[in-house]
Amino acid sequence: MPVLVGVVGSGNLEVMLEPHGGSTCTIDITTSARGFGPIWEAVVHDFQARHRLAGIAVSINDMGATPAVVSLRLDQAAAALPLGSKSISGAPT
Amino acid sequence: MNWETLLAALFGKSHEVKRDGDLLSGTAEFNGHTLTVVGTTHHAAIGVELALAQARVVLNTVREHPGRVILLLVDTQGQRLRHRDELLGINRYMAHMGCCVELARRQHHPVIGLVYDQALSGGFITSGLMADACYALPEAEIRVMRLPAMARVTKIDEQRLAELSKSNPVFAPGVENYVAMGGIRALWSGDLQACLSTALLDASTLDERAADGAARGGRRLAAQVTVRVVDA
Amino acid sequence: MNRSFAESTARERVTHLLDADTFHEILGPAERVVSPHLALLGVPSAFDDGVVIGSGLLDGQAILVAAQEGEFMGGGVGEVHGAKLVGLFKRALAVQPAAVIVLAESGGVRLHEANAGLIAVSEVMRALLDVRAQGIPVIMLIGGANGCFGGMGLIARCADHVVMSDIGRLAMSGPEVIESSNGVEEFDSRDRALVWRTTGGKHRYLTDDCDVLVEDDVAQFRTTAIGLLGQSLPLSLASMEAEHALLADRLSRYGDCRDALDIWQRAGVAEPLRVADMEAGQMPALKALKPKELA
Repeated sequence: MPVLVGVVGSGNLEVMLEPHGGSTCTIDITTSARGFGPIWEAVVHDFQARHRLAGIAVSINDMGATPAVVSLRLDQAAAALPLGSKSISGAPT
Repeated sequence: MNWETLLAALFGKSHEVKRDGDLLSGTAEFNGHTLTVVGTTHHAAIGVELALAQARVVLNTVREHPGRVILLLVDTQGQRLRHRDELLGINRYMAHMGCCVELARRQHHPVIGLVYDQALSGGFITSGLMADACYALPEAEIRVMRLPAMARVTKIDEQRLAELSKSNPVFAPGVENYVAMGGIRALWSGDLQACLSTALLDASTLDERAADGAARGGRRLAAQVTVRVVDA
Repeated sequence: MNRSFAESTARERVTHLLDADTFHEILGPAERVVSPHLALLGVPSAFDDGVVIGSGLLDGQAILVAAQEGEFMGGGVGEVHGAKLVGLFKRALAVQPAAVIVLAESGGVRLHEANAGLIAVSEVMRALLDVRAQGIPVIMLIGGANGCFGGMGLIARCADHVVMSDIGRLAMSGPEVIESSNGVEEFDSRDRALVWRTTGGKHRYLTDDCDVLVEDDVAQFRTTAIGLLGQSLPLSLASMEAEHALLADRLSRYGDCRDALDIWQRAGVAEPLRVADMEAGQMPALKALKPKELA
């Protein structure tokens, strides 16, 4: 911890996962792309459904990545978390 | 300011500085001491030959005149933009000039830089900016790139750049910005001889530019980030 | 197993360069020491401002390391990025590591912070030379696809040693800038073979601007860096005069050459056209033929 994947290049993003105590998962996104709020929400919602992270702060710096790339990086980041540091409901990662 | 006018203002007739192409070199008498003067004119494009020629003057001073003051005069449009210079390794030639200036400083030669006309792009990184301190005339032009070109390359609207540059000296052209950022120690106006005297008294072997940038508000983070890294 | 240096991120390069599990990052991403200027310009920041710095062990010896992330703003040096590099060299004066190793991948000064970047480059040069004056070797590793240009190209040639792969390039101005200033006849930036002949690792190796040429493999960079530990080359009048003589000699020998092929030929390479296809390991044999070693 923290976990960092990706780089802030064109069409790419960096995702950082840090422990933050408590049981919630927070997500903070800074992006150069404008007007994609609903798409971000959908991607993030799907991500949480897959991983159900708890006690983790997710921070993103994005430079115009597609939803597919965003999902990929989020999954890569979650996969890099140490065992036992995630999941409220034991959902498979 | 024209180099001859500048030298007359600084030294009257007490100098033997000559121009050879874009290279300026020679000696001057100031307050009873001889100085080495070396630099460029005519908005010189710094190519391999000119970098080497300036380095030669600095090395000669180190070899033959222990402790002598070196005055670097800067007027450049930046590095020469030619295939040949890249092929031959212009970066090494310019780095060599910078290392020669560093050697001079280490061997206790006070080195003063003065941008008296232009300092564009990377042209003075290894000359004026390697001196103990670099000064500039108020009318000097110092910039990395003009705003229209910067707008094209960064794809940021030129209006936005112009607007931001009013409150942030970090990217826009202007000698005042370099003073605010600590890159230029001070501007020389009025009595240039007094300015040179003060600069010689002030000459420090420590790099105070980040501290100056913080004190002047133009570069608020550099000094503290450096301290954090050292203390980590 | 070959791990591509070029395709690795800066952090991956450092992790696999150093002894396993010894890298300790300083001002890492969690500290969020980001550029305040990019935010004002509406440009996304990186949590580490595009440069990874820290300490670790290399073959059991304590070193300090910096690696620029070429994919972020082209590896350009801004205020924070530059200050992290300056800080690393100042830290070296305090902790006296066996070496400072810089994995350079940069277009030079970050335009968005042009003035800060420019000043920072000269501050890095001075701090680097202070470290060399203490007998601590500074080693540059250049192997990223974006090359090492501008202010970083200057800094590279202030170091004790330069190690490159042929994917790496080392120069001052990029080919696009030269082409847009002086035309495609001057430098066709889309002629990749020309670009690499002019500024790539093999050319720099043949002209001695690169000390060791390796394959695009982190392990080879690691082995080479280990071999350079303890090899400090402090600046002195004598060393500067020798450098000056080398550079003057280069001009007189090759100053009228139109292309790298002419230089290589004149330098004694029998089949210059084959150089582009040769492997790094085959290059030292070519250097052995250089005229200065004959007679």
